[in-house]
Amino acid sequence: MEQMKKKLHLGKTNREKVTTFGLVIALYVFVEILQRTGNLSNLMRGQLVPICAYMIMALSLNLTVGILGELSLGHAGFVSIGAFTGVTVASLLRPVVSQNWILFVIALVAGGTLAGIVGFLIGIPVLRLRGDYLAIVTLAFGEIVKSLVNNLYIGFDQNGIHFAFLHDTLNLAEGGKKIIAGPMGATTIPKVSTFLAGVLLVLFCLYFLYRLLGSKMGRAIKAMRDNSIAAESVGINITRYKLTAFTMSAFMAGMGGVLFGLNYSSIIAGKFNVDLSILILVFVVLGGLGNLRGSIIAAGVLTVLPELLRSLRDYRMLAYSIVLIAIMLITNNQILVQWWTQRKKDLKNMFTRLRKSGQGGEG
Amino acid sequence: MKKTIALICAILMLTVSVVACTASGKTETSGAIKIGATGPLTGGAAIYGQACANAAQIAVDEINALGGLQFEIRYEDDAHDAEKAVNAYNALKDWGVQVTLGSVTSTPAKATSALNFEDGIFALTPSASNPSVVEGKDNVFQMCFTDPNQGMASARYIANTGLGSKIAVIYKNDEDYSTGIYQTFAAEAKKLNLEIVSTTTFTADSQNDFSVQLSDAQAAGADLIFLPMYYQPASLILAQANQMGYAPKFFGVDGMDGILTMDGFDTTLAEGVMLLTPFNADASDEKTVNFVKKYQEKYGEIPNQFAADAYDCIYAIYQACQNGNVTADMTAQQINEIMKAQFTSMSFDGLTGEKMVWGTDGMVAKDPHGMVIQNGAYVGMD
Repeated sequence: MEQMKKKLHLGKTNREKVTTFGLVIALYVFVEILQRTGNLSNLMRGQLVPICAYMIMALSLNLTVGILGELSLGHAGFVSIGAFTGVTVASLLRPVVSQNWILFVIALVAGGTLAGIVGFLIGIPVLRLRGDYLAIVTLAFGEIVKSLVNNLYIGFDQNGIHFAFLHDTLNLAEGGKKIIAGPMGATTIPKVSTFLAGVLLVLFCLYFLYRLLGSKMGRAIKAMRDNSIAAESVGINITRYKLTAFTMSAFMAGMGGVLFGLNYSSIIAGKFNVDLSILILVFVVLGGLGNLRGSIIAAGVLTVLPELLRSLRDYRMLAYSIVLIAIMLITNNQILVQWWTQRKKDLKNMFTRLRKSGQGGEG
Repeated sequence: MKKTIALICAILMLTVSVVACTASGKTETSGAIKIGATGPLTGGAAIYGQACANAAQIAVDEINALGGLQFEIRYEDDAHDAEKAVNAYNALKDWGVQVTLGSVTSTPAKATSALNFEDGIFALTPSASNPSVVEGKDNVFQMCFTDPNQGMASARYIANTGLGSKIAVIYKNDEDYSTGIYQTFAAEAKKLNLEIVSTTTFTADSQNDFSVQLSDAQAAGADLIFLPMYYQPASLILAQANQMGYAPKFFGVDGMDGILTMDGFDTTLAEGVMLLTPFNADASDEKTVNFVKKYQEKYGEIPNQFAADAYDCIYAIYQACQNGNVTADMTAQQINEIMKAQFTSMSFDGLTGEKMVWGTDGMVAKDPHGMVIQNGAYVGMD
C-alpha cells in the first residue's frame, strides 16, 4: 500500500503532463460517445477538426512566444504554407492513394516539412532581431506568404505539374485540374482530416513539447528566455537553439495547417491573414505563456464560443468580445486569484481534518 | 492559479456544449417548409447579406399571406468567411433546414455548396457568382449570372455602345470575384479589339489609396475605367478621382450595386457611373414597383440587385414547390430530388429577368441591363 502510494506520487511536472493528456483524451472520449449516440449537433461536429487544428497552432506558437520568449506575429504564414502544401500534395496523390489516412499522413509530413524548412530559412536572418523588431519582421513575413500564395497558380494534367505566377498561364490540357488558382484558392480538396487524426496530432505535439521541455535543449531554451546574456556566458549556443526551436514551431504550425486545410472543400490564402496570427496569439496569451494545457483550453473555448453565441443573433460578436475581455480581466485579477487560492487551501485543510478525525475515530 | 480558472472554463465549455447538443437534437415540425441561408450579416460585405435577408423575408411574408404553402426563412451570419459559413450551414442543419438559399457571397458559397452537394440539400444562391460554386454539383443553382458572364457581358456592352476607346481596369487581385471578372473581361476585350491601356491592381491591405492606379490610368489617357469590384473600394476610387480632377467614365458590375446606400458616401460622386446589373429598381412593371415600395416601407432604402435576386430565389423555390407538390413533411433529400427536376425544366419570371431557365450545370440564362446613376438613383440606360 505504501509502495503504491509512492509510485502514484508524481512530481509537479509529471502531474501537469498527466492531467493535460487526460484532459485531451477525456474530451475525445466524451465527444466520441456523444457522436455515437447521436447527441452531437451538426454545428459541433463541424467544429471538431478546426478545434484540433487551432489547438496545434496555439501549441506551436507557444513554443516561440511562451517557451522561447520571442514575439511572432506571422504564425499564420507557416500555417498557410502547411495548408497549401498539404492540399497540393493530397490533390496530386488522390488518384494514386486510395486510403484516406495514408494520404493524410503524407500530406501532413509534406506540409510540416516545407513549413519547417521555410521556418529555418526565415529564422536565419530574422532571429538576429529581438523583441519588437522581431515581431514586425514576422508580421511582414506573414503578409509576404499571403501575397505569394494569392498569386500562385498550380495545376496538373497528363503532362505533369504546371506552375504559374501572377497570371493564370497554366494552359492545362483537356482533363487537367487546377489545384491552386491564385486568389480563388484551392478548390475540390480531398477532405481527409478526421477528428481522431486531429486528436492524435494534438497528443503528438503535446508529447513532443513536454519531452522538449524536460530535455537539455528545453532547459537551454528556457535559460535563454530568462536571461540570454547569462545563458550565453555559460556556453549555450544561442543562435543554434533559437533556430531549432523556431523551426520546430514552424513545423508544428505547418501540420496544424494541413489538418485545417484538408477539413474544408476550399481554402483561400486570405484566410491566413494577420487576423489569424493574432487569434492564435490570443489563444496563447489567454492560456498563459509557456502553459501548454492553457493553450489547448483557450483554443478550444475561444473556437466554440462564437458559435455557441449564435442564438444572440446580431449581438453575437459583441458578446464574444465582452466574454474575452472578462476572461482576461478575471484571470489576471489578483484579488480574485487570492480569494480562489484561499478557498482551495480551506478546502484542502477541511479534507485533511476530516481524514484525521476519521482515523481518530477508528483508533 | 490561472490554470485552475482555465480548467473551470473548460468544464463550463463542456457543459454548455452538452446543453447546446441536447437542445438542438430535436427539430419540431411547424407545417412550414424551412428555408435556410448563410450570408454576411456583419462585417465588410454586410450590405449584401442584409439586403438578401430583408428581401427574402418580404417574399416569405407575401407567400405566407397567400395561404396554402407556408415558408419559414432563417439567415445565419457567415461574416464573408468560408470557415464561419460552414459553421453557419451546420447550425442550419441543426435547425432542420429543408431547402437552402446557399450563401450570399462567393468565398463562403464555395464551401457551403460542397456540403449542400454532400448532404443532398438543395441550394439556390441569390448572388454567389463564382462558377466554382456550381461546378460539379447537380443540386446547386445560381440566380445571378456568373463572374465570367459578367466580364464578357461588360466587354460586349462597352464595345457595342462605344462607351470608351481607351479603357483602364483596376481590379482586386487577391479576391476571386474581382479577378474572375477581370480575366474574362480582358479575354473578351481582346477579341473585340477594345484597347486596354492600363491594368492596375490592389489587395485587401492596399485598398485605402488608389492614387497610383488612377494616375496610371490618367497618364495612359483612359476615357473609361472598368471597376470589377465591390462598392467600398469603388467608392474610394470615385472620391479620389474627383479630388484629382480626373473625370473618365466609370463602369462597374453587380458588386457596384449598393454604393448608393453606403453610409457616409456622397452620392453625387457616383453621378454618371454605369453598371451592369439585371435589376432596375425604377422599372415601371407592377412586380418591381410593388417590391421596391414594400422594401422601402420596411427597411427605409431602395433595394439593390442582391435583394431582388434573393426575392426571386424565394419565388422560384415557391414555384418549384407548387409544381412538384412539395409538402412540409418531406425530408430535405426528397425535396432536393424534386427541386433538381423542377429547376432544370421550368421557366421563371421574376424581378431580375423574364423567362429565366437553368442549365443542368446550375447556371441561369438571363440578360443583364446597363444602368447609370442619375440624381442618386439607378436609371436604365436602354
